Amino acid sequence: MNIAANDLLAEHTQRARQMRVEDIDVVDGALYQDGTWMPYFERLRAEDPVHYFENGRFGPNWAITKFEDIMEVEKDWRLFSSDVDWGGVLIWQKAPENRLRSLISSDPPSHSVKRKAVQTVVHPRRLQQMDQLVRERTIKLIEDLPLNETFNWVEKVSIPLTTLTLATIFGFPMEHRHLLTHWSEVAFADLLGDCDTIKTEEDRAVELNKCLETFLELRAERRRTGETDDLLSILTHSEAYRDVDDKELLGNLITLIVGGNETTRNTMSGSVLFLNQFPEEARKLRQNPDLINSMVCESIRFQSPILAFRRTATRDTVLRGKQIKQGDRLVLWYVSGNRDSEIIENPDQFIIDRDDPRKHVSFGGGVHRCVGNRVAEMQLRILWEELLKHDLQVEVVGEPRRPYNLFVHGYTDLPVQVRSLAG
Amino acid sequence: MAHKTPSIHFELTDGSLRTVPAKAGVSLMRHALDNGIPGIPADCGGDCACATCHVHVDPGWFSQLPETTQQESDLLDIVDDLCDVSRLSCQIVVTEDMDGLTVKIPEFYV
Ligand code: HEM
Ligand code: FES
Repeated sequence: MNIAANDLLAEHTQRARQMRVEDIDVVDGALYQDGTWMPYFERLRAEDPVHYFENGRFGPNWAITKFEDIMEVEKDWRLFSSDVDWGGVLIWQKAPENRLRSLISSDPPSHSVKRKAVQTVVHPRRLQQMDQLVRERTIKLIEDLPLNETFNWVEKVSIPLTTLTLATIFGFPMEHRHLLTHWSEVAFADLLGDCDTIKTEEDRAVELNKCLETFLELRAERRRTGETDDLLSILTHSEAYRDVDDKELLGNLITLIVGGNETTRNTMSGSVLFLNQFPEEARKLRQNPDLINSMVCESIRFQSPILAFRRTATRDTVLRGKQIKQGDRLVLWYVSGNRDSEIIENPDQFIIDRDDPRKHVSFGGGVHRCVGNRVAEMQLRILWEELLKHDLQVEVVGEPRRPYNLFVHGYTDLPVQVRSLAG
Repeated sequence: MAHKTPSIHFELTDGSLRTVPAKAGVSLMRHALDNGIPGIPADCGGDCACATCHVHVDPGWFSQLPETTQQESDLLDIVDDLCDVSRLSCQIVVTEDMDGLTVKIPEFYV
């Protein structure tokens, strides 16, 4: 971190310690853009872990900040609903007619059917078959990287690799795969941030409608060509999806596109950054490539690529002594649960050989626990296997830039230079 | 008189049988992990939150196990290869009288 970033963090740390705890507002995109969120959550976890804040950007909600509370809420879908009928899984409250149903925002029993249909596409056996393809693409991409020259890792590595995999999983026309990246950005771009692609909600609606139109066309084609083993086929032919209306189709598309794209992409960038911030860990990795798997899990924890999901209380209840009312929104801050020192030792340290590297909440829990987690881990693993085999070192040479966003936690820029360590 | 150590049998996906010593008070999932039985990643570490410790219990044994909680049966609804004798192995705590318990590992994570 450079001096300016350090100063800013110090300033926020002081502020977070001095302000009244009841005034802490974590629903603020700037905290995640500037990387200054940590001290606020630290204080909340210590003093007000189930934190009600009334006058935030999206109105009153509860911030759930501790690992165990997050899991408790995740595991009880009857009491804490994900369903669009209760408001869905996003922090903000949309009018019922603007909510898009998807597998992630449906409670059982309809959820189970929809999830299982998707699960067939990311079946571990299927992923084993994809391993070679992903590896070949990864090798080609890293062999073409410029050496000793500054470039943006996000743009040249993280985006292309994750987009290729997503297009394959979808069975989306390869030549148009950049559209997936585009829709993924449009879906959750925060209009308070400086976003180049869209400026208004109308812009967003227009772009997402193009996404829907494209998939409706692809689906019509697929009806004629029969079943395959990709997502498009599931969305076309499976009993779970073939009759969903346009809104629900779009809802599922957004879930799958964002889920399959931004999260993994941002962990790819994050892993590079963390190994630079913790050089001792990079040394360990180089000496012992068997640590790649646990390094990948640790990167997913440390990054928390999705900041939070929301639930809605279906009846009055009590959580950590706080009286929750029916209809209240609970925001599960994964980014905070992953730094809970009661569960994770030295949580603010990036440690690639932890005893239990899967102990994190980045993938959520319960019936909605991320169905694509093995896809994410596979891509990250292959990238690092090949970087190490090719004896390449990725050095961060400038400050990362992050988006202003309250959902996706990632990077727009990560300036790096790649060095060859081979003789 | 020599006492036979109580044991648990895991049937692997290739049909082979692995027998491991039973430890009372320890979950079935832990038995699998500690003995290197493949196919049980147990992502959540036994918190009944991930459904990656799914096993098929021998039908003779199934009815003798403690009942499935609602949380467990909710999670079972999202597993692949669900069948009448499905359980989450992290939710079964092995007891003295489970000597000979036999479970089969489903194919999903192998
Ligand atoms: C590091 C990468 C990833 C992270 C951090 C992540 C995170 C999450 C989280 C937090 C949830 C919601 C859990 C909950 O509500 O309790 C989720 C669900 C989901 N994710 Fe991921 N995800 C990642 C990668 C992927 C990939 C690669 C795909 C697709 C191939 C994917 C597809 C999905 C889907 C479809 C759901 C909804 C599951 C359901 O509702 O049953 N995710 N993910
Ligand atoms: S280990 Fe996660 S549910 Fe059993």
